[in-house]
Amino acid sequence: MTVQKFDIVVLGGGPGGYVAAIRSAQLGYKTAVIERENLGGICLNWGCIPTKALLRSAEVFHNMKHAADYGLVAKELGFDLDKVVKRSRGIAAQLSGGIAHLMKKNKITVIDGEGKLVKPGLLTVSKDGKKIADVQATDIILATGARARELPHLKADGNLIWTYRHALVPNVMPKKLLVIGSGAIGIEFASFYNELGADVTVVEMLDRVLPVEDEEISAFALKSFKSQGLKIITSASVTKLDKKKNTVVCTIEDNKGKTQAIEVDRVILAVGITGNVENIGLEENGIKVDRGHIVADEWGHTGIKGVHAIGDLTGPPWLAHKASHEGVIVIEKIARDKGHKEIKDLHPIDKGNIPGCTYCRPQVASVGLTEKAAIDKGHKVRVGRFPFMANGKAIALGEAEGLVKTVFDAKTGELLGAHMVGAEVTEMIQGYTIARTLETTEAELMHTVFPHPTLSEMMHEAVLDAYGKALHF
Amino acid sequence: MAIEIFMPALSPTMETGTLANWLVKEGDTVESGTMLAEIETDKATMEYESIDEGVVGKLYVADGAENVAVGTLIAVLLEEGEDASALNSISNVKAAPAVVKEETVAVSVAPVAVAAPKGGRIFSSPLARRIAAQKDINIADVPGTGPRGRVIKRDVERFTKPVAVAAVASLEGDAPFEEIKLSNMRKTIARRLTESKQTVPHFYLGVDIELDNLLAARKELNSLSDDYKISVNDFIIRACALALQAVPEANVQFGGDVMRHYSRSDVSVAVAIPGGLITPVIRGAEQKGLRQISEEIKMLAKKAREGKLMPEDYTGGTFSISNLGMMGIRQFQAVINPPQAAILAAGSGEARVVIKGGEMTPATVMSVNLACDHRAIDGAVGAKFLGAIKTFLEHPSTMLL
Repeated sequence: MTVQKFDIVVLGGGPGGYVAAIRSAQLGYKTAVIERENLGGICLNWGCIPTKALLRSAEVFHNMKHAADYGLVAKELGFDLDKVVKRSRGIAAQLSGGIAHLMKKNKITVIDGEGKLVKPGLLTVSKDGKKIADVQATDIILATGARARELPHLKADGNLIWTYRHALVPNVMPKKLLVIGSGAIGIEFASFYNELGADVTVVEMLDRVLPVEDEEISAFALKSFKSQGLKIITSASVTKLDKKKNTVVCTIEDNKGKTQAIEVDRVILAVGITGNVENIGLEENGIKVDRGHIVADEWGHTGIKGVHAIGDLTGPPWLAHKASHEGVIVIEKIARDKGHKEIKDLHPIDKGNIPGCTYCRPQVASVGLTEKAAIDKGHKVRVGRFPFMANGKAIALGEAEGLVKTVFDAKTGELLGAHMVGAEVTEMIQGYTIARTLETTEAELMHTVFPHPTLSEMMHEAVLDAYGKALHF
Repeated sequence: MAIEIFMPALSPTMETGTLANWLVKEGDTVESGTMLAEIETDKATMEYESIDEGVVGKLYVADGAENVAVGTLIAVLLEEGEDASALNSISNVKAAPAVVKEETVAVSVAPVAVAAPKGGRIFSSPLARRIAAQKDINIADVPGTGPRGRVIKRDVERFTKPVAVAAVASLEGDAPFEEIKLSNMRKTIARRLTESKQTVPHFYLGVDIELDNLLAARKELNSLSDDYKISVNDFIIRACALALQAVPEANVQFGGDVMRHYSRSDVSVAVAIPGGLITPVIRGAEQKGLRQISEEIKMLAKKAREGKLMPEDYTGGTFSISNLGMMGIRQFQAVINPPQAAILAAGSGEARVVIKGGEMTPATVMSVNLACDHRAIDGAVGAKFLGAIKTFLEHPSTMLL
């Protein structure tokens, strides 16, 4: 049994944890990461990246189906599910290996096992139930992430009822699929399996799909999903899953108490996320947990000296880019408190400025306040819109379905929010995020020259439209 | 060869000073002994006299320049036969800080805006600039909290505009006030006494002292000659000086890992002067008679009020006395003057009824309070020391022993 000593130890090697470790090592601290499974965490192994690989297969398949629209001939269309999944797994493995290389390059010790906080400054690591090491560090960053939430009547079995983990590595292509929850995770899987030919029903408890998005965008997406054959039931919940031999009978109850039953091959649970707060020594050390997540301040401090927490473990939004950003901030804060000379300009994350992306077809991306939220907050707003069907590049791409929407404060010209649905909008949202971070007004956005022909011209037009100056619509 | 004149070090610890006033101007002829300038250190204003003769060729520092580092070139004297071209050979002109006149700034609200340097680029977001313009706020007045101090929306929204200087007097809102720049003395008082109260563990001992014998002795002494006028305070100074000898454990200073024991009683006496106070020192007061003490303290107090004390007049001292008795204060507690270990706070002598042999008797009584640094002086030592002071004052003839 060894006692290993470090300056900073990160518990969890996901996009929050490994980024924190790299920043820590860059600042000259002796650093270790404790990871029980794969470097890169859920994001890289079971989330963001492998789903994007699957969705790319679905997109290419979609284009193949529509080859004739482009004057192309594609015959004997089909797919090999095993190979689609294998590609996705291969990409995850490749990137996880890349993280291992980054750890090595930055001289970060990676400890393979499950870590648990014994007391501030001390962790114990075990592997297969056997204690393998004591690890000491002045500062400990908890970054154990989160997992799919299960409900008492909605539990995954990995066979008929899946979480995202099972849905990423299907052993069979379901003919009929029920997706419970229409947030980003639910909708992405619904989109993927629908594209490959499954008969997909999505049940959403709230009154619209993608409920965190702007209402107009949400309605636009709903229309598009329906045109693709997705069945969407909103304002309803699944009250019972009755497992048969190879099927599940699902009881769906709407908000008026009316029930219906549908029989499907597989069910995907996407009813939310809960933090991995168990068995890491939180209660023993008096670290506050609220509704499945650690309570931490804007700098990631838990209130216990030398113990910090970042990423999904600390609550929504459950996004890799939020976790990574917090990983850098928590380390720089620690460094600044130690008097590190390099840290001169440190600011906590502005949660109002974290973009959100969903990679269904059509894609959805947004940052800032929705139109309704802006009005509810008392803003007098100016709203601009520009449709994909009026953009040359979108038409040339054969992607004329979509909308870019901007919400400005009528008085100050502050860009309160931006909301997009359509092809490649996830690649464009950063433009508006930068605008918000720099606090530009409509004037600077109007003065910006956007390249032609690009989809991004719609971002310009949506700003112009908010002030009645749109040129091409 | 032109003569360079540098900012002098007027005390061993002086690092910078304020050039309060030039007493000469360019073109003036000076002789050895001519007063060139008044230079203000943290405690005193001193005249700086020339040791050479010549014509003032150039003054490099303006009246009122603060924080002029010791050794900075402040003036050049031209010797006989030299003209202004000799100034060209002067190359080591150190940059002296710009003149900062004591100015009063009317502001109405905290926090006081930290204005950007005049003419410098102000980093601000377009949104912050627009909101500032809408609220008629000068963006330069707004302290920035964004990346690298950039002024962002939040800063403008939090900012409250200073009320214009010429605003009509109004009883609404915050009470109007003026801010006056601190003098060096005020800064020193603030720094040293804050340090004292925060780092020195004070404890306080109080005792009442009957002064009737002392007052009789004083009356007798003063009636014998017009050459001197002994005050009660002169008795207190001598009593303390002798008590420090009688209880040498109280004549100490705490020095971190050592304790310093003094053999001489150097008594600092607090003197109120315009804008603050200063503590000139009667050195070796135990060896000085009442008359000498009286004369010295009068001379030092006069110099103090004129701002003419030299550093050796007010530095050092092994013990302090602060007397507010003449201002009608009955009793008070004083803040120790670091690095000293004790200070006596003397109140006024007043007629009180005391019980003597079971009988109510009138007496003139003075309440005094001794503040001690507990790191250096324990309660019993402090009590013994205060007891010695009491005995000397109640039986002034013992001061003759």
